[in-house]
Amino acid sequence: MRRYLGRKLLIYLLTFFVAVTIDWLIPRFMPGNPVDTMLARMALRADSAEVLRSYYIRAFKLDLPLWQQYLNFWAALFRGDLGISTWLFPQPVFQIIKRAVPYDLFLLLPAIILSWIAGNRVGAIAARVRWLDNTILPLGYILTASPYMWLAIVLAWALGNVAGIFPIAGAYGFGLRPHLSWLFIKDLLWHWFLPFSSLFLVMFGGWAIGMRNMIIYELESEYSRYLESLGTPQRLIRKYAFRNAMLPQITGLALQLGGIVAGALATEIVFAYPGIGYMILNAVQNQDYFLIQGCFLFIITGVLLANFIIDLVYIVVDPRTRLGMTGE
Amino acid sequence: MAQERPKEVRSEFLYFALRNRKLRVGLGILVFFLLFAIIGPFLTEYDPNTYAGPSAQPPSSEFWFGTTTFGQDVYSQFAHGLRSTFIVGLIGGGIGTLVGVVIGLLAGYRGGMVDEILNMLTNIVLIIPTLSVLIIIAAYLAVRGILTESVFIGLTAWPWAARAIRAQTFSLRTREFVDLARMSGRSSLRIVFTEIAPNMMSYLFLVFILQFGGAILNAATLDFIGLGPTRGMSLGLMMNNAVLWAALQLGMWWWLIPPGAAIAAIVGALYVMNVGLDEVFNPKLREM
Amino acid sequence: MSLQVENLTVYYRTLRGDVQALENATFTIADGEIMGLAGESGCGKTTLGHSLIYLKPPMRFIEGRVTLDNEELPIWDMERMNEFRFKKISIIPQYAMNAMNPTRKIGKMTAEILESRKVSYKATLPELKRRLDLVELSHDVLNMYPIELSGGMKQRMVMVLSTLLNPSLLIADEITSALDVSTQKAVAEMLVGFRDRGFVKSLMVITHDISILYQIADSIMIMYAGQLAEKASTQVIIHNPRHPYTKMLIGSLPKVGVKHSKQRLAGIPGKPPLLLNPPVGCRFRERCPVAFDKCFDVPPFIEIEPGHFVACWKEFESNA
Repeated sequence: MRRYLGRKLLIYLLTFFVAVTIDWLIPRFMPGNPVDTMLARMALRADSAEVLRSYYIRAFKLDLPLWQQYLNFWAALFRGDLGISTWLFPQPVFQIIKRAVPYDLFLLLPAIILSWIAGNRVGAIAARVRWLDNTILPLGYILTASPYMWLAIVLAWALGNVAGIFPIAGAYGFGLRPHLSWLFIKDLLWHWFLPFSSLFLVMFGGWAIGMRNMIIYELESEYSRYLESLGTPQRLIRKYAFRNAMLPQITGLALQLGGIVAGALATEIVFAYPGIGYMILNAVQNQDYFLIQGCFLFIITGVLLANFIIDLVYIVVDPRTRLGMTGE
Repeated sequence: MAQERPKEVRSEFLYFALRNRKLRVGLGILVFFLLFAIIGPFLTEYDPNTYAGPSAQPPSSEFWFGTTTFGQDVYSQFAHGLRSTFIVGLIGGGIGTLVGVVIGLLAGYRGGMVDEILNMLTNIVLIIPTLSVLIIIAAYLAVRGILTESVFIGLTAWPWAARAIRAQTFSLRTREFVDLARMSGRSSLRIVFTEIAPNMMSYLFLVFILQFGGAILNAATLDFIGLGPTRGMSLGLMMNNAVLWAALQLGMWWWLIPPGAAIAAIVGALYVMNVGLDEVFNPKLREM
Repeated sequence: MSLQVENLTVYYRTLRGDVQALENATFTIADGEIMGLAGESGCGKTTLGHSLIYLKPPMRFIEGRVTLDNEELPIWDMERMNEFRFKKISIIPQYAMNAMNPTRKIGKMTAEILESRKVSYKATLPELKRRLDLVELSHDVLNMYPIELSGGMKQRMVMVLSTLLNPSLLIADEITSALDVSTQKAVAEMLVGFRDRGFVKSLMVITHDISILYQIADSIMIMYAGQLAEKASTQVIIHNPRHPYTKMLIGSLPKVGVKHSKQRLAGIPGKPPLLLNPPVGCRFRERCPVAFDKCFDVPPFIEIEPGHFVACWKEFESNA
């Protein structure tokens, strides 16, 4: 087990190292000077451009030798210094991200966990109920093939615009300020429902299909056949198959995280939901490079952390990892 | 098994391929959209970006898919966007598969140190969320075309393919016919490409299909965030424009719905084809 | 008579048609008898063994009657057979190495299987431990996951588990093929021990390896291409076989075990469709050195001496 965890941790640390390096590298080695590229796109008056240019040169510390720039980058990172946003000047990027994160967690955690549980349940039932299999499977493929933002658009249009049931923008009504009251919480949930549902549905399709296929595979496996030839009732055989099919689904969750995060970004943009995705859209539109880089680092850290948590869960549920029998 | 009676194997493949409903349905949808992408753009006189008519018109005989807030022809945008979708899928999916195949074969066949290093690399790229890297890259590229986009998508999408192919190679390299080739003194590289790769052809094809679909979805998300091609048209860009210019608030469904519906249909068709082909290739999965 | 099989015919359904894997098998296994069932891979011996306990699609029951301890087995009905499985008839599968759920501790799995069959684990535990001692497994295995056991240990564990409820008939399917020679011998002897102690009444040992049968079997039945060829006591089959196929098989004995050990035995469907359109009459006809025109009819499986059954026209003639 220690070997298994150690290996994983090493990979995560390396990944973090690579990610930070990419974050540092790309602005400096892309064709053209990043500062000029930025300024060119801003189309500013000449004098203000000059002010900004000297600010950026200083901020990027482009006048220092490369290795020193690199070390400084790391040092700043550990101080939580991700630079200053230009879009919301002069707020530090770290503060902006900190403000956005709760919305992401509020959206992502329930969507991921509930879709995973529901998808696995329904997929397992579909594996043995024929009519359900014939309906869930095509539906699952449509859902999982849908781009996240498209399903979000469809829901927003149908339930928000046409039916007028749900609001289609923001995390809470324009007239409200965040505070602790039933009114505000109700409004928050009201705005949360559509983005949550669209994320939930796309993921649900994928999990249901995955589980259905895994469990059929498990039911064909040799331990299932042995149980059958001992006259064990189907209930026990399915219970074993379900438990064992769950393991690849947990690994699958870890592998899907990157895609899920991307989906959440797109969904937030559709609903103007003030999480990281919405920040990225604004950062892109305002050419706020520090904010983009900060979001990148934040997403990667989050995904690595989530991966590690999933690893811990996996160790609890799969005895083989505890015994150090599998390397992966 | 694979090298005996190739002719019969092929006809058997065709026999099952034609009988497989999933494969037929998936292929039908795919071909429909492919033809649309090829022929569609010729059926309209408007350029996707010119302001061709009155703004925000629902579909009519003049503008089949209606017009945007600025009076651009949605049909023309859709048809051109469909083209980019297939280009991204083909190039992005192709590169993703190719890189995955090379790394997977190498790691799986060589084993040892080469495998350790490549596996580590694969795991690292696997964990890094593809899209966030693409965002960083795209943000710093002043001018972006569909080709550049496809290349970058392909270069970040290969890890799972490499992993799967590595596992397949592992199981193949201990087979007798590979042993035979090794004993007859052929070089590793030749064994990999003449003995192992052909035996995985069907599997590689499945990988390509999934990479194709993945590249399309990735491109759509990237375009939607506003980091798509700065020139040209794509389905993701259409959705980006539609959402940015309040098509939701104005209820302009003809602008909002078609681009994503096409993507969902194409990617869904690819997935269903994948399952169908899997059944054709693996006799075990065929329904009796 | 412990097991009586009459006219058992079982096919495999494939997309190209029925594979006639078992045709009109009629034989008996006496109480206390260890019968070896041998033949080349694809000859239908696995089909015969499985059809008695686990007749599931693509296997298809055509006709026949099976009685065990004077009770008819509803082998064509997967559901109704459940009642007999484990308690009356049991199997040690070919895949014993992978037969146990990898994510359950062996003791817990055993408990769950027993309880699901309405047998108390607690009451069975002392007997279970006694039998673990017999096969030289430590009681600790109950607290282990299958992956912690070696191949031979898993094999023995499955042996104990399959016979825990003292079935009348145990089918042992290629149980030694995955083991090394010394373990093979030990496992085979343990099977005999199980019979001697009455854990199982009769045994059907399916194998391609006649040397194992020579050690443990009381009688041997030879199959060829879905038909029974010959059944007799082990001594007679080895030293005085009558069917031309048996003669060839015994004659090539040293090679048999080696040559076919790597071939898959269960895989009738998907293999060259040997039995899709089997030749009429005796299916050995085309390879038989003594075949003559009578062989275009199917030879009956006749007792030519007490306990010695043969299906060969030539033998009947020379006997007559």
